[in-house]
Amino acid sequence: MEALTNRAKQIDRSPMTAWEKMYLPAIVKGLGITFSHMFKKRPTIQYPEVQRPFSSVFRGLHVLNRDEEGRERCTACGLCAVACPAEAITMEAAEREHGEENLYREEKYAAKYEINMLRCIFCGLCEEACPKDAIYLSETFAPAHYDRKGFIYGKDDLLIPDPNTHREAYEKAAAGRVRHKVSAF
Amino acid sequence: MFHLLNAGIDWGLAIEKLLLIVVVVSIALGFAMYSTYGERKVAAILQDRLGPNRFGPLGLGQPIADAIKLFFKEEIIPNRANKVLFVMGPALAMMAALMTSAVIPWGDKIIIGGKEVSLQIADVNVGILYIFAVVALGVYGVMIGGWSSNNKFSLLAAIRGASQNISYELAMGLSIIALLFVTGSLSLKDIVVGQQETMWNVVYQPLGFFIFLICAFAETNRTPFDLPEAENELNFGYHQEYSSMKLGFYLFAEYINMFMSSVLMATLYFGGYDIPFFNEAASTLHPNWIALLGFLSLMAKTIAFVFFFMWVRWTIPRFRYDQLMHLGWKTLIPLALFNMLLTAAIMLYLQGR
Repeated sequence: MEALTNRAKQIDRSPMTAWEKMYLPAIVKGLGITFSHMFKKRPTIQYPEVQRPFSSVFRGLHVLNRDEEGRERCTACGLCAVACPAEAITMEAAEREHGEENLYREEKYAAKYEINMLRCIFCGLCEEACPKDAIYLSETFAPAHYDRKGFIYGKDDLLIPDPNTHREAYEKAAAGRVRHKVSAF
Repeated sequence: MFHLLNAGIDWGLAIEKLLLIVVVVSIALGFAMYSTYGERKVAAILQDRLGPNRFGPLGLGQPIADAIKLFFKEEIIPNRANKVLFVMGPALAMMAALMTSAVIPWGDKIIIGGKEVSLQIADVNVGILYIFAVVALGVYGVMIGGWSSNNKFSLLAAIRGASQNISYELAMGLSIIALLFVTGSLSLKDIVVGQQETMWNVVYQPLGFFIFLICAFAETNRTPFDLPEAENELNFGYHQEYSSMKLGFYLFAEYINMFMSSVLMATLYFGGYDIPFFNEAASTLHPNWIALLGFLSLMAKTIAFVFFFMWVRWTIPRFRYDQLMHLGWKTLIPLALFNMLLTAAIMLYLQGR
């Protein structure tokens, strides 16, 4: 009968020879193997100080984006909430008042925008559904909390810092991904 | 009061010995402390890891952190345990481990203020017998700890440990008898001086050294003979019910035992404080320098042995119990007997010539 895979390994069950019964040659060989590992390269990454670069398609915590003038892009259309298979996103819409043009890009905006990170499966469908390039998945992941409330992220947790007033924080949060899309817009 | 002071006691000698005891014990404790660090580092390096490197440069503060952790753990004495014996177990283990250091010559002699001070706590003329007696006492630490815990696993482990130690002590004793044929003395000092004058004993007794080495592994309960503390078979072995510093003492005693058997192997077979390729008697150096260099030489040999202990630990898996007894009784004892008879025959032949 032909083997399904060629991974089966035949084990030699014949009784040990006198040489093998001495154990010592095998032990010396083993000691040599462990000793050779002293000169191998260590794959350890010193985590808090050194961080491994994320894959370019890594999907982490969400970021609500702003445009070049620092206005929120989200119009509270609700497409992300519809697209979300885990039903993690809820929002409340509001109308832009006079004098708020520098805050919100269009006439409608999200007064409340919440993502439940315990429900979220980080599939990125919200990012794909968004017609306004307002939501992105970043390269950070959700930190630990002591209660469930901490995992419900509101607008103040999600919104990216203003690129005009807090350039550095904006760059850090955008982490090379959001900026690319903004300039392509 | 004065008649007590003048009762024929050499107070200078007493103080000198007391100081020596303090120094030797602190060196042994410090060495054991840093062999826990060494063990973790060696294990890590042999497994392509980094090991402790957070506290202090190269992680050298790690033993201190471990000690603090152990001190602050809750001290638990099981309800049904025999309280007196439960406390006595780790104390005995520790005591037996440290007592070996009394007869080991740590160096030749130093001169302080025109007074010669021997670097050996007690030059007993039956030094090797003393060491055997103390090593045999070490079994009591394991046995009492395991029995008083009132736990089946601990008891099983203790019985394993006791039978293992007794079995391997026989082969160890027989290999030492062959060594005594060569050296002609039971005093460790004489053995070292003899090696300084001629050759290291390992040249005359390679098989004897080899048997002694294997038995030393078994006596210190190190892998591949760590059956008394087999984690996966007996949970944690004879110290399963122990916590806090009592557990610390047991673990510490193991490292002191390792240190002491390394020193003993270096003393008996590798020339002790003898500096290789250097004639101490003909040298013009100050005796204090020679003593220091000799001590460093002994320590270098010891560290090499301790590294070997660790190296073997992270290479070989544990023996099964029947394999252990098979090796001890059916292989090592006949081998040691053969070695003894061979040595005796050769010595007789050389004398008769």
